[in-house]
Parts: sequence; structure tokens; C-alpha cells
Amino acid sequence: MNGAAIALAAAVRSGTRSARESVEESLQKIATGDHEIHAFLEVLADQALERADEIDRVVASGSDPGPLAGVPVALKDNLCTTGIPTTCSSKILEGWRPPYDATVVERLRAAGAIPIGKTNMDEFAMGSSTENSCSGPTRNPHDHDRVPGGSSGGSAAAVAAGFVPVALGSDTGGSIRQPAALCGVVGMKPTYGVVSRYGLIAFASSLDQIGPLSATVGDAALMLEVIGGHDRRDSTSLDAPAPDVLSAVDAGVEGKRIGLVTELVEDTAPEVAARVREAAEALESAGALVEEISIPQFRYGLAAYYLIAPAEASSNLARFDGVRFGLRVDAPDVAAMNVATRTAGFGAEVKRRIMLGTYALSAGYYDAYYAKAQRVRTLVADGFAHAYLRFDALLGATTPTTAFGIGDRTEDPLAMYLSDSCTVPANLAGHPAISVPFGGDEMGLPVGVQVMAPALGEPTLFAVAGAVERAAPARAGGTA
Amino acid sequence: MTDTGLAQGWEMVIGLEVHCELATRTKLFCGCPNAFGDEPNTNVCPVCLGLPGSLPVLNRHAVELAMRIGTALHCEIRPSTFHRKNYFYPDMPKDFQISQYDAPINTGGRLELPDGSTVGIERAHLEEDTGKTTHIGGTGRIGGADYALVDYNRAGVPLVEIVSAPDVRSAAQARAYAGELRSILIATGASDGRMEEGSMRVDANVSVRRHGEPLGTRCEIKNLNSMRSLLRAITFEADRQVAQLESGERIVQETRHWDEGEGRTLSMRSKEEANDYRYFPEPDLVALVPDSRWQADVAASLGPLPAARRAILVGLLGGEPSPAQIDQIRSVVASDLDAIVTSACELGAPPALALARTANEVAANADRAASLDAGSFAKLLALESGGELSATQAKEVLAGLLANGGDPAEIAKTLGFESMRADDLAAVVAGVIDAHPGEWEKFADGDPKVAGFLTGQVMKASGGKANGKAVAAELARLRSGAGT
Repeated sequence: MNGAAIALAAAVRSGTRSARESVEESLQKIATGDHEIHAFLEVLADQALERADEIDRVVASGSDPGPLAGVPVALKDNLCTTGIPTTCSSKILEGWRPPYDATVVERLRAAGAIPIGKTNMDEFAMGSSTENSCSGPTRNPHDHDRVPGGSSGGSAAAVAAGFVPVALGSDTGGSIRQPAALCGVVGMKPTYGVVSRYGLIAFASSLDQIGPLSATVGDAALMLEVIGGHDRRDSTSLDAPAPDVLSAVDAGVEGKRIGLVTELVEDTAPEVAARVREAAEALESAGALVEEISIPQFRYGLAAYYLIAPAEASSNLARFDGVRFGLRVDAPDVAAMNVATRTAGFGAEVKRRIMLGTYALSAGYYDAYYAKAQRVRTLVADGFAHAYLRFDALLGATTPTTAFGIGDRTEDPLAMYLSDSCTVPANLAGHPAISVPFGGDEMGLPVGVQVMAPALGEPTLFAVAGAVERAAPARAGGTA
Repeated sequence: MTDTGLAQGWEMVIGLEVHCELATRTKLFCGCPNAFGDEPNTNVCPVCLGLPGSLPVLNRHAVELAMRIGTALHCEIRPSTFHRKNYFYPDMPKDFQISQYDAPINTGGRLELPDGSTVGIERAHLEEDTGKTTHIGGTGRIGGADYALVDYNRAGVPLVEIVSAPDVRSAAQARAYAGELRSILIATGASDGRMEEGSMRVDANVSVRRHGEPLGTRCEIKNLNSMRSLLRAITFEADRQVAQLESGERIVQETRHWDEGEGRTLSMRSKEEANDYRYFPEPDLVALVPDSRWQADVAASLGPLPAARRAILVGLLGGEPSPAQIDQIRSVVASDLDAIVTSACELGAPPALALARTANEVAANADRAASLDAGSFAKLLALESGGELSATQAKEVLAGLLANGGDPAEIAKTLGFESMRADDLAAVVAGVIDAHPGEWEKFADGDPKVAGFLTGQVMKASGGKANGKAVAAELARLRSGAGT
């Protein structure tokens, strides 16, 4: 099993490389490259170096700093970090410093990882291009005129540009996997409840999951083992330890039954579809039994998602009212202050989704929109359940297209929403899914292949992902 | 039918919503202390402040207390879920309240009132309390203040909202309902029931109709901070509605604020009340499904409820209690002092006296009641009933007992209350008779009215040391002697 983070941690733990060197290298790359990419909102140079020295002292003293010893990690800026600005790329959280760490951040620190900075994102994770950020877009390291995808575009770009070996993102409708695919890195969304959401600033609570982005499948597995497992501060956290996935990565797919989902091939650009079919063939060569399966319910997933997620968001984002934290725009009375603050603090896409969600929950419309969307959600889950009677895992594209140009879809929200069509089903069902880079299109832009597995099927997921990774062709013209 | 005090031909229809703060150690969704009266914003954390990224975790003890209330009110305890009730208000940190909506934990119960009537309970559900806003400067009212301060100590405190059926037909019955419910909340350990601290808050939905007609339009009255305001507000509101209807006007459904000083309800004029709370299932919490074993444990842990405890006191008295004793029984149980009566009686104290002293003297000093030793109390009652202490003396000894504890006989001795020796008493009585020959003659002729006068004179002459019963006996002895 290969992996930059795995190798780095091993070197730091054995004392052959210092954590300080590792952090300095990361900081150096960011300093040189990030003015072009804009992956980071905040770089924590002093803190990171200080922490690196601590870890080096632990190693020197003969103790083990943990499985991610000295590994620099980038954190999406919707993960709370004590005393460090956490903005969700929104003006409304300008200057807010959380008094606590998200559970995942605590666990990373405890495992010896070193937070190196907070990454750019679509405001409140609403978007598929990282263009909806109050601090401007992140650029795709493979083509600076193209988007990195989103909403975890900063984290994906940071890994793709080699600034860090691993990063965390959050995935509500594809926000880890879609940018991973567009940036040519691995991005994984765990089973809902495997990773604690405590300290993740909520977009749509019933769909949000935190997960890793990395250069390799092995590194993603290591990250999941560190951040996963029960947390009593999150009532939706499953009462189980982190899944055992590192050992699964090299397990192979001999005899595994894999379904190639028609809807996740046919509805994609020809070159994307071609790569997915090649991946299917490669798995077959590796001993898997691959068959095509149609799950027609997937086509309704996007519509259901764009009602449920905004509905929850409209409520989750109510607390940004200027009273207790973040931006406040003064006005003669409290109600006017709320309106002025939210008008000035939220960007256009966030406002659009708050309005959509408020409408979907309103008296007289609830049944037609929110309740119906929940029934469609159940149908999508039924579609998966039916497929998993025959298959151990499912395969398809992660995105309908490769990276699109900056500004191409900003004027057409619906076209932007379609970027999530392949990833949304796994969120609706709460299942694990991963995007693995698999070659590119004729311009050399990366293509991602998506593997999905049933709830808590992470070991199978990583086994298939590992096999896809080993079979992946080199990308034409790919340099970054 | 209860006399409602309404104009002829009219009937009140009242439903009550009672919010009860649960007596848990910590808040409903976080580990912050659930405490009243601390420095503002000291019992807060990311969760109850609604900071971004925080998540609620349900307090098991709060669920248990809600189940105790449900069990005491004969409700069905069901699997339940939480919803979000969305609206903006500065003292509500998340700008939504986590509450139970279409699947509350307790449904369909009843409350029997001391007069034998029954009020249906529609539901008793769990929800979180808000913080508290204080408007400062200017007029001090919401619209005219210079600024507002918010204290979030109360935000997230667990509440159970108990919603009655519209079964109440008079202000007096509403008051009896609130009183009986309060007794149950205290008896189940669910709440301290303190209305003045906001532990129990009552809203009343009031409408009127002519007998036999369909339900009228209701108004919700808020700010009922005491049993007295509940009674007055409902009476005022029903009269107002009748007057309005009789003059040909219609009732507008609205929320009205009780102004205790002015003695009337005032429209809160809240924009047609067109609040759309956009309820939807709380995605951060999972379904609450108390299994049958947990329910059985809760039911088993409940002690006798107020109605049963009142029956015990009636049984101790033996025979039909007087109206005064009925009041004493109600108040003793309502203030959770009935165990004092029963333990004293077990130790041989006369029940009527134990009840009277508990309802009056002990209740007046309820803060100290917990420290009252049952044995000492029983001993004191024996001294009083045995005639060794007068009623006045017994009350003073009891005050001493409540203040500092100790042995009642010793306290009596310290206070100089040792009962007079028989020959000393005889001498005092003889002296009184000598000094008041006319009154003595009337007494000897059988005029009972002067007995009190003579007794009073003996008391005075003895410096309060004489025992009333002993005096009466001595007077009677002398009279029968005079007759022969």
C-alpha cells in the first residue's frame, strides 16, 4: 500500500525525518504556489511549526506521537478550530474564532497530525465550484482557468497541488468526491454516522459527513481510521469503532460482485463514460464479476436533494442573526438588525437556498415539497437496497463532466446543481462512496471513478477503490 | 354545574397550557447546570449558545421526569421524535426551538381534581426553554427600550408542556387544575413548581359560548404568574368576551397579555398571529423510544400521588373531615408536608392536631420543615393534647423546634411553660373567683358565655402558664361543688 501520508508518518515515527522538515516543506510549497491557486484562507505557520517541534520532541523521547505523526493536514473552513478563524467562506462569520475544536480536529491532533491551514470552500458548503466564496474562487491546479469543483475545492486543490498530502472536507451532496474528481485526487464520504459531525458547521444535517481527501486510497483509509468512530457529542454518531479499512486497500476484488450503474455512465460526458467503462473492465481483469444495473430512482435524487438540503439549511443558518457572533450590521431594532446583517453577510447562493428551503417547509407547501422529497429519498434508498441484493459494490462516474471553466456556470444555478447528479444518491441513502482518479479527458483533465458500497461497507469500498487505483492509467498531459 | 360567575346563559370553555421546568441537574441538550438565579451567562456552552457546529444530546434524566409526569397523568407513553420550531428571537440561540410536535412522548391522559371533576390531558411533551431578555432604558418595554440584555442561562433548560383538553368550565376550576397539577409535579419530583421563579408557567385559552352552542373563538392569555392572576385573568377575559359578544361584536383570535396592576388583559397585537413555524423533524436527534422496561421502572419509582396522599390523611382523621380540614389536607399535600403528619400520627400524635399544626405553623415555616424531627413533633403534640401545654405555648415551642430542633419538653421548660401544679392552679382560680363574684355567679348559674372571660382572667393571672383544659376542669369542679 502506498501513500504520502503513510510514508511520511512512518518516517517521522522512526525518526528518519523530522516533523519540522515536513511542515516546513508544506509551508514552502504553499508560499510558492498558493497565490495562484488560493486553496487556503488561513495558513497556520507558527502553530504548525510549534506543533511539529512538539512531535519531534515526543519522538526523541522515545514515545509514539501517533499514526499521523508529523503529517500536515488542511482543514475545510467549516470545521471548528479553537481560536482560529472559522468562516465557512462567508462574510457573516468574519472574525469568529470558535472556542472549541471539532471532534475530527481533536482526533487528528491526537494522532499526531498537524493542521497547516483552513481551506477555501463554497460559502456554507453550498456550491460545486468554490466560486461562491466571499474571498474569491480557488483555481484548479491542473488548469488555473478552471474550477476545482466544490464545495471542498480548497481542500481538493491543496492536495492536488501537493501543498499537503491529506485534507478534510465535508460532503453533503458530493462536496468531497466531486472536487476530488475534478482535481484528480481521492475523496471519500463515509457512511452517515461513522464520522462525528460535532464541530462541523452544518449545511444539511441529515446529509453532511466529514471525510478525507488525499493523493492515494491508502492515505484516505488511514485518515478515516483516525477520524471515525463513536462520539457521544453527536447523537447521530453510530455506536461503533472506526471501520477497519487500511488492511482492505490491498485486499483485491477477486470474486467481488460489482454493479456498473447505467445512470452513472449514460448521463455523463463521453470521455468520462469511457474511463468508467475502462475501470469496470480493469476490475473484471482483477477478478471481479462486473455487470451493468439500472437504478432509475437515481434520476430523481437530485430534485429531492435540492429540496431536503435547502430545507435543513434554512433552519441551520437561522442562528447567523448578528446577536451572538460574527457580523452585525446595526439597525434601529432587533428584527431590522437581523435582516441587515443577513442581507450583508450571506452571498447570493446561500440566500437562494435559504429561500428555497423556507418555501419548501412553509405551511401549505410542506407536503408537496419537503414531505414528497423525503419519500423520494426513501425510493432512492430502496433502489440501492435492491441493487445490493445482487452486488457488493457499485461503480459509476463521480461527475458528469471534467472540470469546467471559472464563470461558466455561475449564471445558471441549475447547470451548477447538475454537477452533483452522480454523487447525491449516496448522501440520500447515507452510504459510503469514494472517488478515485482514473485517467483523464483529451485535454488531460482528470476523471474520477466513483465506488459506492452499502452502509458500513467501508472495507469493501476501500478494497474496490484500491483495485481501481492500481489499474488507473496515466493521464495525458497531466503534470500537477 | 359549577357556578362560573358569568352572565346568565353563558358558559366558559378553558384549556390550559402549563410549561414546567424540569428539576434536572443539567440542561436538556448539554451538560450546563440547570440553575436559577446565577450570574447571567455563566451556565452556558457552545451547545446551549447555539454556536456554529454544536449539536444537541438528549438528557436521559429529563426524559425520565417527563415519563413520570406522563405516568402520573395517566398518559400513554409513546415512541416520540423531536421537531424544530423555527422563528427568530434574540433569546433563542439557534433561532429555532427543539420541541416535540406530531409525536409527543405523552398523550391522552387525565387529571382528577379534588372536587371529583376530571380534566383531559391532550399531551405532555418535552422541549427546551429560551433565554431571558431584559429591556433596559427608555420605557423598558420592547418597543421603547434603549437596549436589551440577554441571559442564556435558561436557554436549553428542559421543559414539559402539559396541554389540557378544553374541559375546564370556570376560573375556579382552572385554578384547582393548576393547583392539582402543581402538586403532582412536586410529588413526582419533576419540578419544584415555583410559579414566582417561572418553574411553572400557565397560559390559558379562554372562549365563551351560550349553553349548548358550538365553541366560540378563543384568546390565549399569557403572563399568569400566580394562582391569583390565573383566577382574575380568566374571570376578566370571559366577562370581556361576553360583553363584546352581547354588544354584537366578534371575538378576534389573538394572544392577550395579563396586566396584573391594571387587572385586565390587553391585546398583544402580534400581526394577525400568522406565524408559520415551519416545523420539520430535528435531523440532529434520533427517535426517542423508551422501552417497556424503562417505563416500568419509572412507574415503579413513583410514590403515591396527591389524590392518594389526601385519601391517606382523610383516613387518619377517621370520619368525614370538616371543610377547614379539607383545606388543610389539600394545602399540606400540595406543599409536600403530608409525610410530617403521617409520621407524627404513626408515633401516636392525634391526627387532627397534627394536621392543623402542620397546615398552619409548619407550613408557615416551610423552609425549616425538612429539619423537623418526627419524634419531637409527635412529642410536642402529645404535650399539647395531654393538656400540659396550652395551644399558645405549643405554637411557641413548635417555633423553637423548627428554628433549632431539640426536645419539646426542654424547650417548654426554657420558655417557662412548665404546666402549673394543680394546687397552684387552684389558688389562682380561687383568686379570680374572689375578684369577679358577679361573673362567677353567672357561670355557676350555667351561663357558658362567661367561661371564656374567667379562663382569660386565670391565664392572665398565671402569666400564660395555666393550661386551658386544666382551668376549665378546675372551674367545672368548683361549680359542681358550689351546686351541692
